[in-house]
Amino acid sequence: MRDSRPNRTLLQIGAIALALLFTTFVLLAAKAPPLAAYLNLGLGALGSWEVISNVLVSWVPLLLVTSGLLLTFTVGLWNIGIEGQITVGAIFSTWAFRLLLGSGMAPGLVILAAFLAGMLGGALWAMLAGALKTFGGVNEIFGGLGLNFVATALNLWLIFGPWKRPGVASMSGTVPFDPSLWLPTLNPQSRLSPIAVGIAVAAILVVYGMLRGTYFGLRLKAVGKNPRAAFLLGIPTWQYMMASFALCGLFAGLAGAVQVASVYHRLIPSISSGYGYMGLMVAMLVNYKAAIAAPVALFFAALNVGSIQLPIVLQLDSSLAGVLQGTLVLVVLLAQGARTRMLKKEGL
Amino acid sequence: MQVELRDIRKTYGPVKANAGISLRIPAASIQGILGENGAGKSTLMKILSGFILPDSGEIFLDGQAVSIRSPADSIRNGIGMLHQDPLDFPPMKLIDDFILGHPGALGLGKAAAAREFRALAEQFDFALEPEAWVDSLTVGERQQLEILRLLWLGARVLILDEPTTGISLPQKEKLFATLKRLAAEGMSILFVSHKLEDVEFLCDRAAVLRQGSLVGEARPPFDTRTLVEMMFGKEVPLAERRTTVRESGILQVRDVSLEGLRIQMRNVSFEVRAGEVIGLAGMEGSGQSTFLGACAGLSRPVEGSFCIEEQDMTGRSHHDYKKEGVAYLPAARLEEGLVPGLSLTEHFVLAEEKKGVFIDRRKARRLAQERIELYNIKGRPESTVESLSGGNQQRMLLALLRSPLSLILVEHPTRGLDIESTIYIWSKLKARCAEGTGIVFISADLDEILQYSDRVIVFFAGKVSPPLPASSLNVDRLGALIGGKLWEELESEVAHA
Ligand SMILES: Nc1ncnc2c1ncn2[C@@H]1O[C@H](COP(=O)(O)OP(=O)(O)OP(=O)(O)O)[C@@H](O)[C@H]1O
Ligand SMILES: [Mg+2]
Repeated sequence: MRDSRPNRTLLQIGAIALALLFTTFVLLAAKAPPLAAYLNLGLGALGSWEVISNVLVSWVPLLLVTSGLLLTFTVGLWNIGIEGQITVGAIFSTWAFRLLLGSGMAPGLVILAAFLAGMLGGALWAMLAGALKTFGGVNEIFGGLGLNFVATALNLWLIFGPWKRPGVASMSGTVPFDPSLWLPTLNPQSRLSPIAVGIAVAAILVVYGMLRGTYFGLRLKAVGKNPRAAFLLGIPTWQYMMASFALCGLFAGLAGAVQVASVYHRLIPSISSGYGYMGLMVAMLVNYKAAIAAPVALFFAALNVGSIQLPIVLQLDSSLAGVLQGTLVLVVLLAQGARTRMLKKEGL
Repeated sequence: MQVELRDIRKTYGPVKANAGISLRIPAASIQGILGENGAGKSTLMKILSGFILPDSGEIFLDGQAVSIRSPADSIRNGIGMLHQDPLDFPPMKLIDDFILGHPGALGLGKAAAAREFRALAEQFDFALEPEAWVDSLTVGERQQLEILRLLWLGARVLILDEPTTGISLPQKEKLFATLKRLAAEGMSILFVSHKLEDVEFLCDRAAVLRQGSLVGEARPPFDTRTLVEMMFGKEVPLAERRTTVRESGILQVRDVSLEGLRIQMRNVSFEVRAGEVIGLAGMEGSGQSTFLGACAGLSRPVEGSFCIEEQDMTGRSHHDYKKEGVAYLPAARLEEGLVPGLSLTEHFVLAEEKKGVFIDRRKARRLAQERIELYNIKGRPESTVESLSGGNQQRMLLALLRSPLSLILVEHPTRGLDIESTIYIWSKLKARCAEGTGIVFISADLDEILQYSDRVIVFFAGKVSPPLPASSLNVDRLGALIGGKLWEELESEVAHA
């Protein structure tokens, strides 16, 4: 048996080394000192309690989004529309905040309502992509991309139109909510909310359990691997595709709601912050397996936060994190491809 | 070319697929390879043709040791293989498929290649048009195309893994004539089959595998009894013919007209009774698959109605039919019937009624073990379906059937099964009939149709015969009807009756 564990681990370590090597070349080409850059990246992510808590703050939406994407990937769909679903989730939850702002309702209930509204918005937006696919025959990638643009446009229109700050509309978004409606954080300076972390952890656990031990999860897998056979086995395939879209949108909407309720306390133009696309990378990197999604998402969040320092210290663009993340995904996908080919040879 | 395999070994976990096989095939001969399902035939053939690597063992061609590590290596050494399950054919023209993979083809030019293609096809009397599309070919024609391609690539050893399942009788005769001729011209041919009569007719020698080992070789005149005993380690008695037809009807087909891809059928009416077996005979693509699918709600009739136990089901979805106890088993096992990547246990869970939210893993595993034992599947509950041998995938498909069922619709129920399993599977199906289930099946094997059906419906180019009692038919008459002959006689008989 040549397909033993060490072999697979070796391949993965090799992939990471290769990604680092490539990034190093990029750095050298940009005439930047690679070691200093990596050191700064590490310090930027782990150097103080403050940055560590920032890493966790960005881990929350990333993990939520990844959880949802695991479901759509399992059923064989590319939910590129995830960005739009985050945005619409954020819009819905802002809407709920604005409606209930002066209603005298207990703040806890208002926040809960905002979360539910966010989930609803994300789910509806996702089901739109799903409906385009199932009833309109529009590939979910194109449909999703289109809906992303629409969501962004809608968001900007609200910020600069109906929901604009009294007097001047601005890129800094809508009027911040009253602090009583902010999701409680560890301390007043921090944006890290234990509740948000709890929600994200719960989300990935739910998805893990769903894929591992429920009829729903198994049926999703069957549809993803062979829709025709799944249909003949009695699984209503398009309903399952819709359900996975709806659930994924629900998680994305929740991520949008978290951004609104605990990070920005208002709606801003770039509310999705690219977490959707990053989530797609994480999901691909973990090969659609829920078990290792949480640590990998954490690593990506750390790279993101760590790179914020780079422009200040080394006059490097913070997109270095993106370069590293992107190459890592590509190299790991390549390694997986190579591995499948090797195994096929072995007749496994 | 003389081929010699020396001590070939290949294990999959605990399974010894090939446990040290040594075999010598002389030039200019046809070597039959026999063995029960899962005996290791395909594995050995795939090793010889470079699709999988052996754990150990050597291959000699004309006495020279060769290293075969890929299909390209193997064809370079003159070895070509036709696979058990014809691989996916992309929609391209015959000539493009033909050129594909030929190192010299680009320099040669398409027109010249087409000329050579025509010349080769003519030599073997294959009616293949270079400009036709591959996906419009029947299984038998794809096989012919593949043979031409391999010959053109310079194959001097030809491996055929169960080439006669799924092709029509005339195609089979043509194939055999071709093989005999190629052998006479000096090629060595390895012919894997479960059909003893084919091996007896065609082969100059036969080797029998059992559980990964070579257990015997035989030369003509072959003795069927001895071969069967070598294959299974025991005698296999044929089952008695027995009918279980009851009065009550299960499926009523009334004045149904259907439109398939290239075929139209008009005004078909008949009834399947409880416990009855109806065989659908016809060359591939004569309409029987379309028809069977329509009986399962997979396509809608243009006119007419389908009723299950007098309940009108016309236009309802396949899942509604399923709820009424109709089961449909497609011919393409891995494409339509099973889900590659999922384990046997997971398949059983999917096929059974859904209970609650969570899967009871222990119960599922127990169910899987029971069924594996009951259907004699060589595999473990956690094996993935694609790791099963062809015959075992077929058993898996049948093991997934729920009970009770009112109607089983099945395409090629025993394609790729060895004799013992064929008898076994039919005993299982007949037991369903005894419980009152009706069965409608398609088969390319006329003997199977005559042996197991109560009535037979013949399809030819959209013409559909009324159900004919199997007792009124024999292989010759049925063969003629399938080929489009004797229909006037049949129609006048019907008119008189
Ligand atoms: N990829 C694989 N992984 C695990 N086991 C395998 C794999 N391929 C084959 N096997 C096992 O090896 C054994 C031999 O399989 P093989 O396909 O050679 O049988 P076969 O003689 O061709 O049978 P059949 O007549 O059913 O086609 C079987 O027990 C099968 O389950
Ligand atoms: Mg085989």
